[in-house]
Amino acid sequence: MKLHPMLSSLGHHKLTVALLVLQVAFTCAIVCNATFLIAQRVQRISVVSGVDEDALSVVTVSDLQAGDNPLGVHQADLAALRRLPGVESASMVSNVPLSGDQNSFGGCGSLEAVHAAMAARSTEVPGCASPDDYEVGTEALRTLGLKLVAGRDFDAGDYVPGTSGDDLPAVPAIIITRDLARRLYGDGPAVGRSMYLGRRGLQGEGVRVVGVVEHLLRGSLVRGAGNDQSLLASVEPGHASVRFVLRSKPADRARVIEAARAMLATRVAGRRVPDRDSQPYTRIRAEYFQRDITMIGLLLASALGLLFVTALGIAGLANFWVQQRTRTIGIRRAIGATRGDILRYFQTENFLIVSGGIAFGLLLALALNLWLMERYELSRLPLFYLPIGALAMWLLGQLAVLSPALRAAAVPPVVATRSV
Amino acid sequence: MFGYYLQMALRSLKRSPVLTTLMVLAVGLGIGASMSMLTVLHVMSGDPLPGRSALLFRPYLNPLPLDFKQSRFGPDPSIKMTWPDAMALLQARKGVRQAAMAEGRALISSNNPDVRPRNASVEFTTGDFFAMFGVPMLDGQAWSATDDAQRARVVVLSQSLAQRLLGNGHAVGQSVNLDGHDFRVVGVVQDWKPRPRFYADAQAKLYSGSDDAFVPLSTAMDLKLGVNSTSGWGNDNDSLTSPTVSWLQFWVQLQTPAQVTNYRRFLHDYAAQQKASGAYQRPPADARLYGMMAWLDHLNLVPGDVRLQSWLALGFLFVCMVNIVALLLAKYLRRANEISVRRALGARRGDIFVQFGIESALIGLAGGALGLCIAEIGLWSIRQRPDDYAHMARMDPSMLLGTFLLAVLASVLAGLLPAWRACRVAPALQLKTL
Repeated sequence: MKLHPMLSSLGHHKLTVALLVLQVAFTCAIVCNATFLIAQRVQRISVVSGVDEDALSVVTVSDLQAGDNPLGVHQADLAALRRLPGVESASMVSNVPLSGDQNSFGGCGSLEAVHAAMAARSTEVPGCASPDDYEVGTEALRTLGLKLVAGRDFDAGDYVPGTSGDDLPAVPAIIITRDLARRLYGDGPAVGRSMYLGRRGLQGEGVRVVGVVEHLLRGSLVRGAGNDQSLLASVEPGHASVRFVLRSKPADRARVIEAARAMLATRVAGRRVPDRDSQPYTRIRAEYFQRDITMIGLLLASALGLLFVTALGIAGLANFWVQQRTRTIGIRRAIGATRGDILRYFQTENFLIVSGGIAFGLLLALALNLWLMERYELSRLPLFYLPIGALAMWLLGQLAVLSPALRAAAVPPVVATRSV
Repeated sequence: MFGYYLQMALRSLKRSPVLTTLMVLAVGLGIGASMSMLTVLHVMSGDPLPGRSALLFRPYLNPLPLDFKQSRFGPDPSIKMTWPDAMALLQARKGVRQAAMAEGRALISSNNPDVRPRNASVEFTTGDFFAMFGVPMLDGQAWSATDDAQRARVVVLSQSLAQRLLGNGHAVGQSVNLDGHDFRVVGVVQDWKPRPRFYADAQAKLYSGSDDAFVPLSTAMDLKLGVNSTSGWGNDNDSLTSPTVSWLQFWVQLQTPAQVTNYRRFLHDYAAQQKASGAYQRPPADARLYGMMAWLDHLNLVPGDVRLQSWLALGFLFVCMVNIVALLLAKYLRRANEISVRRALGARRGDIFVQFGIESALIGLAGGALGLCIAEIGLWSIRQRPDDYAHMARMDPSMLLGTFLLAVLASVLAGLLPAWRACRVAPALQLKTL
């Protein structure tokens, strides 16, 4: 098929064609970037927490009047929780991944690193990190479902009661994540080494690392690397509020939570466990990411809306052109063009226009990405998005033009002999 | 003539119902999407105290050492103020009114054993707070400067907390208990919810929640009531009075431009003095006086997401409009014959232009109406989300009017080019082919 007559025919509608090209270009640019944003958000919300999410329920108790021995109350509560039917194991934890809270201390793997960090006034030096600190009671690893990749779990003798202050109490042992181990000790073994943590660490007092777990995400994510850098310390809560995690079969969670609430409420006079403070872990995670989920929904809706409107535009214009050219089409059919020729004519014409739009649109997509990088600290658009975007636009154009082109192909040759 | 054009336009729109529907749909979608996002942006960047905010200023001092490195894990400590700085500004009394404040929590109970004690959000502040921010006092009054100085055990309750603790009776003069200490109720204020809560810590929820009770700052310090958040950067990070721990907000009311200039000078001098004494390392030019809206801007409250969504929605509107221009252009140019006949019968170019302009405006009106419905649906779905700001996503009359104007303006603008092209059709050429 010769392109020349087609191009000169398009030349008669310069303005309209230009508008269509512009529309395709903008749609292409916006959709490419929106897809990239969606992909990034999806990646963010599918991060591995390291805990056995579907099996866990979290119940927080904060007694208003704690009494003299809050830890004793908590331990009695825990023993009662472990006896509940359906509960496979239970433990006390200070925090759970993605709760939105965090309690982080700077820490280093060696005394030289401590000095480097003090000189730089920052833990962003090699061998140091700001891990999130989880203070946990007995059976925490089993309950949370953390995978131990080296070393051992805490011994019964490791546990110390917590203080109400901010600083970490002196503990005999900690367990760290693999990512933290790599940050602190490089590729060497971490078990048996010392970590210089918090204020005691600054004074040269180390804590022994006894185990390494595969993953444990922070309570609240930070921008950039280091979200899988956490540590577990064998500290049982010494203040009025405590968080229990219960492990059960996923199907039993609702029942277990109900039973735990009812039981805990009767154990201390005047105690109430509000609905909000007892929920399956999956809900805590969903709540943490709900803003990202909103954003994904909005981006998806906008991208689809844009594609829809552009398809409408292409189809609408093609429809017009078919109507306008009915007579010309009839003449072409009368002098020997087949239906396929007419169909291909409109498809090729659409391909040309959309290609123009795509060429312009890909440049625009890169420019838009640069602008977003500058204003919203986005990362660079991977180049493979561009051919995918182009392909999607071609497909959209062909789909949109199909019905008008078929209608054009159906125009009978006899139209040529009729007057308007 | 207008009635006639209207009739013609309606007839033309009816002749191609599918196309008309498509165009109205495109305008509606574009307007709906952009207006729902712009409404969210509008309510989030709104003025928390209309009419009063122009007189309120936030002094900013930067006591951070020069080599301070902002951690990825926490907020910028300098957006809060240290105790020594806040006290110096408070005691200088250079503004018409001034107050320092910080948020904390306390367990509040009353003498009535039937009322369950509750954990309440308490604002620790100084006496000018109420008059300066115009907090509506329902009963009693704010505490006095003497109360501040004497660390008096007095409290101002919000209406809802007063009702819960003390019932519907007269609350002023009664006693309530905060974290085990007895306080005398001196005033009851209406539940006061400026949005955003400009005076709160930027890490707090600024678009929801409100203060349940107000207690003198000096008393809170005296009794060591718990403060919600502090940031420290020095060696002494435990004491609230340390010059390297920031945790306070500070606001000042200034009435005239001269007072503003004077206060700026005072702030600059204070920072220079601190630098000279070695307390500060940064130049005094870092000390600034922010107006209310400038301060909210500085805090960067509107999340990047919301801004991004607004840009996205505007891009969407733009594509929709380009779409309309192309469709209208094609449509109008197809009517070259009709235009030519009208021109030959004596219609001027202007007449043709007005006729097609009216047709475009009709599409805009219909699209605007549809867009309004879509925006309402969009805002409704935003309100269902649990985000902090979601509950505020509602259209006010100005946004309502804005939506409609935007729709009509956009489609008239979109109709301009096609209408202009239509009125430039050469009649003779077209008539020949008839």
